[in-house]
Amino acid sequence: MSKVFLALQAVEETRAIIEAIKEDNPHAEVENQPAMVKVAAEGKLQIMAETVSNHIGRDWDPQELQLVLVSLAGNVDEDYDHFTIYWDN
Amino acid sequence: MSLDIKSIDIKPKRETFGHVERRIGEGKMASRYEEATFDIQPTTNFHYRPLADASYELYDVEKTAVKMEDWYKFLDPRQYHYASYVTARAKQQEVAEQNFVFVEKRNMLDVMPAEIKELILSYVLPLRHYEWGANMNNLQLCSEGYGAAITNAFMFHAEDRLGNAQYITRIGLLLSDNEPVVLDNGKDQWMNDEAWQGLRKAMEDSFVIKDWFELHIAQNVILDAFVHPLYFNLMEQELNAKGGSAQVMMTEFITSWNEECARWIDMTVKVACSENEENKELLNTWCKKYIEIAYNAVLPLAKKVHSSPEEAMDMIKDELVVRLNKNGLNL
Repeated sequence: MSKVFLALQAVEETRAIIEAIKEDNPHAEVENQPAMVKVAAEGKLQIMAETVSNHIGRDWDPQELQLVLVSLAGNVDEDYDHFTIYWDN
Repeated sequence: MSLDIKSIDIKPKRETFGHVERRIGEGKMASRYEEATFDIQPTTNFHYRPLADASYELYDVEKTAVKMEDWYKFLDPRQYHYASYVTARAKQQEVAEQNFVFVEKRNMLDVMPAEIKELILSYVLPLRHYEWGANMNNLQLCSEGYGAAITNAFMFHAEDRLGNAQYITRIGLLLSDNEPVVLDNGKDQWMNDEAWQGLRKAMEDSFVIKDWFELHIAQNVILDAFVHPLYFNLMEQELNAKGGSAQVMMTEFITSWNEECARWIDMTVKVACSENEENKELLNTWCKKYIEIAYNAVLPLAKKVHSSPEEAMDMIKDELVVRLNKNGLNL
């Protein structure tokens, strides 16, 4: 199966999102690149709003991801409590 | 001709300051909150004792009976440092501003019955003096406390209390078409009306509490937990039904602020309690003491602003006890 990935700008908000991704997706690989962070994972990658909120110290809305999102690969499933990318095949 | 732009990734030698790294672990990226909080307060080499109170060092763990191995365990769940605090409050301020504009534009105060306006002016407006007292107390906490994790939060809390006082003042002025005399009348109520004297005494007594953690318990944990739910929850539910919904809109900031601060306050109780048995005992004693003081101080006010004061007060008290027990006390 091929990998899904997210590329996020390397800013303060991203730090909390990455921490949350690492917590909820032990199989995710994080790669620091100039000015951005790339997270790749086999099959599926899930960002849980609750975990990000815990890391960032306030309520975090999955829509806020758009503010730091550079690029992504995968089918998107977004709701008020999570943002998931996966390969639908 | 094609141009190939190459990027070189230069790995930083260290991700954060040494003193932060020693706490979070080597090679880990620190958040702004961690960098702005950990070990900011000096702990050694105080050359002179402060003239104000020479029995203690400038920052001294002996200023409270609560004992902590590490005072930086009191990490704020909201992660407030200057930037995040200011951003969060600016957003809330915008919402509050909108609410005031709405109330004015729709002339919502014209339909508010006169006796409700009178009630607010006599029995809510003087709360600005209470909030100002809470501001003083939190400034005292910031100055006496130990460790930037908790003293930073006290400073933010102190500023919030000034904000609350300003919102309450603004409501009074709106209700009276900007007649400042209502503020003088409000102060007169605070100083002379029988119903306010219990709370005023509790507030003035709190100004001279020596132990800073005890002051935190008295002001932020107990007194506020009686005053705010009574005024900004139970009373307003009744006002809503009687045509006073404008008041509910104008105090929306204080209501949401309360919910937010409860997270931080609960954490302070929980962390101190779970540190050792002595702290737990101490907090138990203080909470019991101030619950009784607060109950008796606020009851006369409840009689003025609520239709079933005893039940309201008991409900507030029960909720507070449940909340405190959940955070490690046994009351």
